[in-house]
Amino acid sequence: MPHIQLPEGVPGIRSLAAYRPDTGKFLYEWAQTLLRGGDSPLSEAERELIAAYVSHRNECTFCMSSHAAAARFLYKEAGQTVDIVLNDYRNAPISEKLKALLTIAGKVQSDARTVLDEDVALARSHGAVDRDIHDTVLIAATFCMFNRYVDGLATITPPANDLDTWNAMGERMGTFGYVPPR
Amino acid sequence: MPHIPLPPHLPGITGLLEYRQDTAAPIRELTQLILRGESSLTFAERELIASLVSHRNECRFCTAAHSAVTGILMGENDTCDLVRENYETAPVSDKMKALLHIAAQAQRGGRYVTESAVDRAKTAGATDLEIHDTVLIAALFCFYNKYVDGLATDLPADSGYFQLLGERIAVSYGRRPEGYEHSLSHTPNTTPETH
Repeated sequence: MPHIQLPEGVPGIRSLAAYRPDTGKFLYEWAQTLLRGGDSPLSEAERELIAAYVSHRNECTFCMSSHAAAARFLYKEAGQTVDIVLNDYRNAPISEKLKALLTIAGKVQSDARTVLDEDVALARSHGAVDRDIHDTVLIAATFCMFNRYVDGLATITPPANDLDTWNAMGERMGTFGYVPPR
Repeated sequence: MPHIPLPPHLPGITGLLEYRQDTAAPIRELTQLILRGESSLTFAERELIASLVSHRNECRFCTAAHSAVTGILMGENDTCDLVRENYETAPVSDKMKALLHIAAQAQRGGRYVTESAVDRAKTAGATDLEIHDTVLIAALFCFYNKYVDGLATDLPADSGYFQLLGERIAVSYGRRPEGYEHSLSHTPNTTPETH
C-alpha cells in the first residue's frame, strides 16, 4: 500500500504524476528529453537499457520491468538481449562500448565518486565520445531519482511476472514516449 | 579533473547544466517548483533536506551549496550544521525530524523508507503532500549528487563562491538570461554562475 493517498488504479510513477501533476509535468519532460531526445549518440534502445539496468540494481521492480519492456520493444527481434544484459552484461551480445558504459552506470548507481578515469578511458577506447559518457551518467543518476521516488512512496507495482502488462507498457513507452497521465 | 571537458569557470552542477541545456530545462523547472514553489514547508526546511541528502552522499559541491543557502535563509549556520551531524538532536521541530528521517532513508534507497517512519511523520503532523515532497526532494538530490560526482566535476577555486551561489539560489534556480559565458572574476558586479 502506498505511504500516502494516491489516485487508485494507477501504478508507479504514473500515480505520482497524477497525484502532483505540476511536478509530474517536468518529470515527464525530463524523461522524454533524456530517453527520446534526438541528439544523443546512444540509441533509444540503449538508453532504455541503461535505465532498466540501473533500476534493476536499485531493485525498483516498477522502473526495471517497464524500462526493460520498452528496451525489448525497441531492440525488436534482438529483444532478448535486454534480459541477457540484466543477468550478466559482461557476457551479453552487445558492443564493448556499451559494456564499458554499463560499468560506468553501475558505479553511478552504487557510489558516483567511484567512476574512475580508467573506466572512462576504457569506454573511449571502444569509441565512446563525450556525450556517450555524459548521457550515461545523466541517465544513471536520473533513474536513481525515479527509483527512489517510486519506491520511497511505496507506489503500486504490478507483479514482476505479469509480462502482458509490462509488454503493453513497454510498447506504449516505445511508441508514444513519455506522456503524463491526464 | 572532470571526465568530460567542461568550462573551468563553471564548477559543480553549473557546468553540467550548461553542457546539455535541453535536459537542464526541465531539471531546473522541477527544482524551482519543488524548492521554491508554494508549500507548507519553508524554503529553509526544504533546503535542509537537500543539504542532509547531499552530505550523506558525500557530495562536497552540493553540500556546500545547499548548506550556504540554508544559512542565508535562516540567518545562521548552526541549525544546518547540526542537522547534517544528527537531525534527531538538532533544534528543529519533531515534524522536521521525522521528515528528515524519511529523507535519510530515501537517500539509501527507495525501499528503505519504512511505514513506521511515515507513521511517525504523520503523527507529528506531516501531511501527505509534505511526505511526498520530502521523498521527491531527497530523490532529486540523489540525482544531483550522482550527476555532479559521476562526472568528477570541479569544486570552485574561490572559497567565497558558495556564499555568492547561495545568495543567488535563495531567490531562484532559473537560468540567468544572459547565460554564463564569463567567469565570476570577469564580472565582479554580478551574481555567480549557478543552477
